[in-house]
Amino acid sequence: MKPLVVHHTDTLEAHPDIHLPDTHQDTFSKAVLGFWFYLLTDCLLFATLFVTFVVLHSSTFGGPSAQELFTLPLPFAETMFLLFSTVTCGFALLEAVKGRKNSAVAWLAVTFLLGIGFIILEINEFNEFIQEGNSWKRSAFLSSFFALVGTHGAHVSAGLIWMAVMAAQVYHFGITVDTFRRLVIFSLFWHFLDLVWIFIFTFVYLIGVLS
Amino acid sequence: MSTELSLQEVKKEWHGTLMSYLIGFFLSLLFTGFSFSLVLTQLFTREMMIYAIIASALLQAVVQVRFFLHVGQEPKPRWESQFFYSMVIVLLIIAIGTLWIMSDLNQRVMLNLEK
Repeated sequence: MKPLVVHHTDTLEAHPDIHLPDTHQDTFSKAVLGFWFYLLTDCLLFATLFVTFVVLHSSTFGGPSAQELFTLPLPFAETMFLLFSTVTCGFALLEAVKGRKNSAVAWLAVTFLLGIGFIILEINEFNEFIQEGNSWKRSAFLSSFFALVGTHGAHVSAGLIWMAVMAAQVYHFGITVDTFRRLVIFSLFWHFLDLVWIFIFTFVYLIGVLS
Repeated sequence: MSTELSLQEVKKEWHGTLMSYLIGFFLSLLFTGFSFSLVLTQLFTREMMIYAIIASALLQAVVQVRFFLHVGQEPKPRWESQFFYSMVIVLLIIAIGTLWIMSDLNQRVMLNLEK
């Protein structure tokens, strides 16, 4: 009987790079990488909702079309609220890097108010559509519209709750390793929501008004 | 070596600067304004405007990924960037594949209905 041959034993010498410090062994890097995984799966969720919307956007079943429902000023105002809030969120992080606790909390508060403004506009819009009888039950187009924009709105609402908790944590504990890590992860989430919104205002509202 | 970082080291792991946020903000504002003004004025044909605003959205997405999410600025090995780019590939396969299949099905079914 042949002896068990284990291949490549002679090549098991240390790789030249092995003495470099691995940059992903600390809690911060692991948490950020883990949150990236979540963001990427969330991205796929939004991608499928976008594709559903694009496939169904003309299936109005006798109901109102995108051109009849959408106006430009409302999505423009929502875009501005979200764009400004994503930048003020970045400013909160910049203040946290400088160790200025109070101004970080203040910028988070500004971000929170801008996010609330966005959500109020969106809820008003949804309410208006539903009052006019154009709810998600009206047509496949409206079902996919409410699914896509509503999922984004639910994310923003969850982000607002998260932001309130973060502001309280930073105010109470100050800028520590833990609160700074959570702030960075929160900022990733908030920037990601603005990224998704670019495609919503383009594919849903602007192309809806055009077609 | 210790695997836990101090607050100072953790702060260096985050790559945002005032400049990156301001550049990202003004470029995003520019692309958003371009898209909305194009649809508001309706100066060109419908197809041209749709291509232009989709291109503007993609460029704005690249700007935000670069200047807000700081993809591609982390130390090597760049796990975040690698996962991000592979996700973009999966996303494109799902999106383009679905649109292709659904439009193809739509044409075939509609042809049969008309017969």
